[in-house]
Formats: sequence, structure tokens, C-alpha cells
Amino acid sequence: MSRIELAHINKHYGSNHVLKDINLTIEDGDFMTLLGPSGCGKTTTLRVIAGLERPESGRLLIDGEEKINSETAFYSEPSERNLNLVFQSYALWPHLTVFENVAFGLKIKKLNSMAITKHVTHALERMHIGELAKRYPNELSGGQQQRVAIARAIAYSPQLLLLDEPLSNLDAKLRMDMRVELKRLHQELGTTIVYVTHDQVEALTMSTKIAVFSKGCITQLATPKELYMNPVNLVNADFIGNPRINFIEAMGKKIKDGIRIACSLGDYEFDREAFTDEIPVEKDFACIIGIRPEQITIAEAQGETLIPAIVDTNQFAGSETLITVKIGEESLMIKEIGMERYRVGQTVYLEIKPERCNVYAKASGQLIKCAGQ
Amino acid sequence: MSSKAAVAKTRIKNRIKDIVKNPYHMIILLSLISLFLLIVLPMIFMVKNTFVLSANELRRVSGKEVGDFTLYYWQYLLASKLSAAHLITPFKHSLTIAFFVTVLAVPLGFGLAWLMVRSDLPGKKWLTIGIMIPYMIPSWCKSMAWLAVFRNGRGGAPGFLAGLGINVPDWLAYGPTAIILCMVLHYYAFTYIMVSGALRSVNSELEEMAEIQGAKKMDILKQITMPMVMPAVLSSAIMTFSKAIGSYGVAANLGLRISYYTLATKMHDFIGTGSAQVGYCMAILLITLASGTIIANQIFIGTRKSYETIGGKGYRSTSIRLGKSKYSIMTVLGIFLFVAMIVPLFILLMETFQVNTGRGYGLDNLTLYNWIGRLEDASGMINYAGIFRNEAFFKALYNTVKLTIIGSVITAFCGQLLGYICSRGRGKWYGNLVEQLIFLPYLMPAVAFSAIYLSMFSRSYGPIPSLYGTFTIILLATVVKHIPFASRSGTANMLQIGKSLEEAADVAGSGFVRRMTKIVIPLAKNGFLSGFLLVFISIAKELDLIILFMTPSNNTLSYLAFEYSKEVLPQMADAISVIVLAFVLVTYLTASKITGTDLSKSWG
Ligand SMILES: Nc1ncnc2c1ncn2[C@@H]1O[C@H](COP(=O)(O)OP(=O)(O)O)[C@@H](O)[C@H]1O
Ligand SMILES: [Mg+2]
Repeated sequence: MSRIELAHINKHYGSNHVLKDINLTIEDGDFMTLLGPSGCGKTTTLRVIAGLERPESGRLLIDGEEKINSETAFYSEPSERNLNLVFQSYALWPHLTVFENVAFGLKIKKLNSMAITKHVTHALERMHIGELAKRYPNELSGGQQQRVAIARAIAYSPQLLLLDEPLSNLDAKLRMDMRVELKRLHQELGTTIVYVTHDQVEALTMSTKIAVFSKGCITQLATPKELYMNPVNLVNADFIGNPRINFIEAMGKKIKDGIRIACSLGDYEFDREAFTDEIPVEKDFACIIGIRPEQITIAEAQGETLIPAIVDTNQFAGSETLITVKIGEESLMIKEIGMERYRVGQTVYLEIKPERCNVYAKASGQLIKCAGQ
Repeated sequence: MSSKAAVAKTRIKNRIKDIVKNPYHMIILLSLISLFLLIVLPMIFMVKNTFVLSANELRRVSGKEVGDFTLYYWQYLLASKLSAAHLITPFKHSLTIAFFVTVLAVPLGFGLAWLMVRSDLPGKKWLTIGIMIPYMIPSWCKSMAWLAVFRNGRGGAPGFLAGLGINVPDWLAYGPTAIILCMVLHYYAFTYIMVSGALRSVNSELEEMAEIQGAKKMDILKQITMPMVMPAVLSSAIMTFSKAIGSYGVAANLGLRISYYTLATKMHDFIGTGSAQVGYCMAILLITLASGTIIANQIFIGTRKSYETIGGKGYRSTSIRLGKSKYSIMTVLGIFLFVAMIVPLFILLMETFQVNTGRGYGLDNLTLYNWIGRLEDASGMINYAGIFRNEAFFKALYNTVKLTIIGSVITAFCGQLLGYICSRGRGKWYGNLVEQLIFLPYLMPAVAFSAIYLSMFSRSYGPIPSLYGTFTIILLATVVKHIPFASRSGTANMLQIGKSLEEAADVAGSGFVRRMTKIVIPLAKNGFLSGFLLVFISIAKELDLIILFMTPSNNTLSYLAFEYSKEVLPQMADAISVIVLAFVLVTYLTASKITGTDLSKSWG
């Protein structure tokens, strides 16, 4: 339960400018995910919050209390921030048993042995690994090590829990289970969680808020739903969503109440209401339409507003089917639930809801029209 | 019944055919036989020799013939009136030295390793150079440098301090204190290398985790870092003890002047001038002691599980902030390294230019005589020409170069071959056997190891003549003693090539010879080169191993320096030390430039 404010944080490694003016407020009880490709500065941000890294400039407040103030060169020690961390490597001490690993911090805090045993047992049980207490870390599987790392982090109910790609070493199925587990943990503990990942599915499923990082900057801060529906730029749009969003080149023209977009799928008009501030000043401009694969539906019979297309490939993926179709030169990916089977070369008819599309200015790459509900 | 026998017979026949026809099997067979002949057999022989009466002691044992079984030698050593002087005292000395060297060198190496690897000490680059230099200096050169600084008037050639008018007492100049300090400045590198390797493999997130949990720096060091590198610290302590207890050069150079004997020097004494058999008994004790330490450690403590790489991705190495004290630590360390490592070498070098040692560096006391002077220009009591006019020097130089080149070529080649067997035979009986056999010479103190060869080859066996005093015996001992080291680098090299590459060629239908020449050898070339250079350096600076084989005709440089030092001709001894040092340093630098080899690997 704590509120974190990062203001104007800058961090260099040598000449490498790793964090560029990071501003981020994490509300009490948030599950905040820092999402972005590898090397964009997520871990560094987490380490700044934890007190393991000293930024050259910026301020950090936790619950209104100053923890970093670069102007006065004040950096409080990690142990004074009442937080806990799960490293990507887990950082389990190999020479200590599971019990001792979890108990370490409690011993440092000089709890009596009764209390220590109580806390440790509780934490282990919470992670369903009570029976592993006497083992050494190298006698555990990856998933079990991971649980120990989390148990250690929650043993003394920290106000703030920092998790650095905790699931990246697990196999797909375990990862799925742990996602549920972490979400449950967040609800039970009510702790503020800052979670680092490069996996957008993890981010979308668990978070209450997502901060998207790109090359040391935060490019978008949004709820998962909003991030998915309206990525603020082409990079984020491309990064979020699996299968990837379809991009279609188009020409935009300003008209009386909004804009008219012309592309290979036809002409669309959009109302002013849906615009963002990024709309170009020119009257005519190049733009790109983004359509999620599941927003396109396929009909086999011709219809008035439907767009004819030719089936190019057809991938069956269990609960869903991925189909690519061609409209002239344009290629589109479509996701259908179920086991629809289309012949390659077959002509189908597409229905597209224009209000569900995003429109980006080609020059700036920024979102200019939001998708409606 | 008969058909069963026939099947069994064909089976055996096919098996033998398989072994004989397959070059790989033949190589393994030949290697095993050679290793047995060169390592196991000589050991058995030496043990046996200590129970056989020789001509020298014939008159001391009544009623026995030469060649009879006798307990005389062991009795003489272990249970005679002279035991105290010949065994107990040197034994105590050796233990004292080994104990104090371990107690001092291990913490020193540990502290240096921690500072260099984990802290944010400024000026690490320069300090590391100061720490690395001693790797390259043979230990006997260090004792020369010690003498150059601390020699007192005894024998007529005062050292640097005596020259300044400081009265250096015997106990500081010679004997245990000198020996221990010299060895500490040599053997700390064991711990430094092993512990810095271990520290580097410790993910700093483990320490950061403890920091987040509220542990103080000292607690982190004690509770997290120390336990994790403890296996490395323990094994370096064991190695240091085992090496220090059997070391000869330093103990002889600094101890014999005041008749301070250790097991190694006493053993050398016996073999050289007393009863060789008693010397062999001492060699056996020495080997038992040195290897026993290591083996006992492995049995009782076991090869402790290494604590590396638990968990998955994410490795960080961040330095620990020393705070304000870092500059004072740097200064102290810098001064220490300068005084302990650089200054003595400088004084050693300067002594080679002095007319009279300990008379300062005034122009009237500086000369090039020690390098290029002719005998007819000699002043005072000097009866040697400068080393570049000295035939003994050139002879020794020739011998050294010959031994170094031939020895390192053969050793490196055998090392790769044995490395091939070890890497491909991992987990198979022959692989394990080879690995254990080649480990044996490593366990033995060099001077005791050479005693084994002396005992075995100083007589003829049928057509094989006595090898005493020949180049062959030196070469043989040198090669076998360096094989553990060479084959370790060979194994690493071969493991890196990977079996699958070979198997791919095998599937493609190429035979063993083709596989070797087309796949393994081309790929092994680089590893071979670096393995070769490391052995080369190690042989060039060797003293302990060859000292027992020396005769006037097969002197090497290290021996010559050692002899000059014994005869209190410090300028000559120093000049030769400088040559050896320069040779070793140049080879090191070239080696690390060409092959990128890590200097620390050749240390020993
Ligand atoms: N200790 C370090 N020294 C130098 N550069 C570093 C260090 N740690 C990280 N970096 C660099 O900082 C950038 C951001 O790293 P990081 O925060 O770990 O990225 P992420 O966690 O998003 O993958 C990377 O380019 C990385 O190479
Ligand atoms: Mg990271």
C-alpha cells in the first residue's frame, strides 16, 4: 500500500542515456506493469525505485516521503524504502535452505524465532510450497524456485512489491498458472505491485495500469483495455496484440465535420469527436489505418457493404483460426473463433466496422483517431 | 556347448580386432601404457628402492648383500638418534612455513580479489597490473630480490638496506621469516585467481537482495558473499599449504645460509651428498604429506557443490560502494604493491649494475662489467667474466632454450592428445583412468617428483642405459610434470570443439585419421598454441623440478642463477634472474597479445 512518484528521472551508463526524463505516478494498490522490448530501461527503472541504482537527476517519492532527490544528492538506502523485490534471476541464496532464504530478512529485522517461523510458514504456504522448506535452491525446479523468490518477497508484507520478469524462465503452462497466482496475490495482499515484463499478454492479463517503455521513454500510460484499443503510436500498436494489428496505407482529407480516409478497402468518414490532438495541420495527409484481426468478420455471401477478398492462407490454431486474405495488393490477417475452414483461393466477403479502427498520421506515427467502444 | 564356446571365441577375436584396428582405441591403449610406465611404475620403483640395500651403506648393515631387503633407511630416518635432526626439525620447519604461508597468503589473496572484483575501488586497472606481475615472476627470482634488499654483511656482499647502514638481523634476512614472506608474496596469487573467479560468478543480485532486506555491508559479506566463495577459499588454502610444504627454491636460497632446513632442502641434501635412499624416503614422506592434504580434503570435505548459476536469466555485476574510504584504501594498496612487488625488482635490477653491492647508485659504483666485462678487466676478487662473456651463461642459455622448446612442444602435443581422450571419454572407464593418472604428478612437490625419476633412471635396465646426467631425464621429468597442466588446457580445448562436429564427419563416412586431420586438428590449432605458450613459460622458469638433475654440462639458467647466489655472487645471480624474468615477461606479453590467453592460467 503505497504511492510512488517518479519525477524527471534521468540515468546514464557511461554515455548510454538509459532513462530519459521518466515521469510516472503509481497509485496506492495499483498493479503497474512496465512493458517494453528488451533493453528499453524497465529493469533500470525498477532498480531506481528499489534504491539499487542512483539516477543523475530526478526525484522519487514513496508515500509522499522523499527517497531520492538528486539536487541535494540524497539517496535513501534500499532497506529504508519498505519494499521487496523479485529479481529475474530469483537471486535465491544457494547456500541457504528455502526456509533460511525466506527467514533472512526477518532475522535482520530481529524478529523472535517464533514470529519468524510463523511468517515464513505463512509465506511458504501462501505459495503452496510449505513442504519444500528444508530443501536447497538447486534441488528445486524453476517453478518452485520462482515461488520461493516470491515467498521471500512477501514474507514481511512489504508496502511495495517489485517484480522483474518473474515468469520469463518458466515454461508456457507454468507461466499461465503463475499469472493467476500473482493476480490473486495482488488482490489478497492489496500491496502496490510494480511488474516488469516484455510479454504483452502478461501485461494485459494482470495489470491495472500499463506503462509502455520505448528506448528509455514512457510512451503510453493506460489501462490494459485502453492500451489495446488505442495504442498512441504505430510502434505500440504493432507491439501490443497477438496476432499483430493490420496496417493499411491510406490518404486522409479534412472535410467539414471531420476527415475522409481513402484506402484500398474503400472510403470512410470519421467524426471530429474521435480525434486526438495529434491530427495533422495539413488539409491532405498520408495516414495508416490499424485494424485488429478479430475486428474483421468474414461472410461467404456477398453483401452491400462487404468487401470481396481472396483467401491466401489458412492456419488452424485450436480454438481459433487465422486467415490471411488479399484485396488487390493489400494483405490482411483475420482471426475467427472456431474451426472455420476456407479454401485457399476462395473469394470471401469482409465486414469491417470503421468506428473500431485506429487511424495514425503517417508522418508522425501518432494516433489521430481513437477506436470507439 | 561347443557352439557357445565358438561364439565366445569369435567375440573375443572381434573385440581385439576392434581395438587393434581402430586408431582411437590404439591411442588410448598406448596412452594408458605410457602413463603407467612414466608415472605409476617410477613411483613403485622408488618405494621399492627404499627397501633395498645399496653399496654405499653396505658396511653399516652387517650380514647383508647389496640388493637385499632392508629396513635400514627407514629406520635411520624415522627411528634413529639422528631422526630429530634429519627429520623432525625439518618437518617442523616445513609445517611452520606452510602454516604461516597459508594463514597469510589466503586472506591477502581474498582481500585483493574482493577489492578488485566487487568494490568500486578507483585505479583498479593499475592496481591489477601490480597484482598480476608476481604471477609471472618465478618464486626463486623473488628470493633473489629479497636477498638484494635484505642481505646483510654475512659472506661479504651487503644488500640494499645494509648499504644504507641499517643493520639487518639474520632472522629477517634469512630463514623462516624471509621464506614465509617471499612465499606469501608468491602464493597469494592462488587464492587471488580462484577467489576472483568465484566472486565473478556470484551474481551481484544475491548481495543486492540482502541489501534490500536490510542487511548491512559487513553482514552481506559475512552471510552471503563469504559462504558462497568458501569452497574456492578452502581449496586455495589447501593448494597453498600443499605447495608451500614442498617448495624448494625459496627455502634453499634463503634458508641454507643459516642452516635452516626444510623437508625439501634436507631431501635434496641427502640425495646430493648423503644417502640417496634416505633422500628417497624423505621424498615419499613429502609426497604423502603434500598429496595427502589435497586428497584428504577431497575425501572429507568433498568437492563442494559449486554455487554458480541458480535460476535463470538476469546476471548483473555491480560494484559495492566503498564510500569515502576508497581513496585511502587505494593509496595503502598502491604503496603496498609498490613496495612489495616493484621496489625489490628495481633493486634486483640495479644490483646488476653495481660494482659493490650496497654502496648506492653513485656513478663510481655503477658498471656494465657484470653484463659485458672481460675477465682480464676484473677488479678485486671477482673471478667471473660478465655474463655475456661467460661461457657458462651461454651454455645454460642454450640448455634452457633447448629444454623449453623441445619440452613444451612435446608436452603441449601430449596435452592435447590426452585432453582429447579425457574429453571424449568423459564418464567412460578409460577417460576417468587417464584423468586420474595425469592428475598424480600435479599432487607431488616438483623436487620430490624429480627424486622419483632420479631413483628410477639413474641405473641401467638391460638395453636402456642409465639416464643420470643426460638431457633425456630432464626432458622426461619436465614433460610428465607439466602434463596435468597441459592436458587440462587440452581437455578444455577439445570440449570446446564438441563431439557432434566429429560425429557429423563420422556419419559422412570419414575415418578416424581423416576426422583428426580435417576436423579436430584445424579446430584445435588456437587452443594448442595458447596451451603451448603457457607450458613454455612454465618450463622456462622452472627450478625445483630440475635441480636434482643438474650436472656441470646440463645447467639451465635458473640453476646457474641459484648457484651464483649460493656462492655469494649476487650481481651475476641477479643478472641471470633479470634475463629469465625478461624472457618470461616478453613471452607472456606476446602470448596474451597473439592468443588472447589469460595470463593467470599458467600460474603455479
Ligand atoms: N550495469 C550496466 N552497465 C552498463 N549498461 C547497462 C547496465 N545495466 C543495463 N545497461 C544498459 O541499459 C539499458 C537498459 O537496460 P535494462 O534496464 O536492463 O533494460 P530492460 O530491463 O528493459 O531489458 C540497456 O541498453 C543495457 O545495455
Ligand atoms: Mg530487464
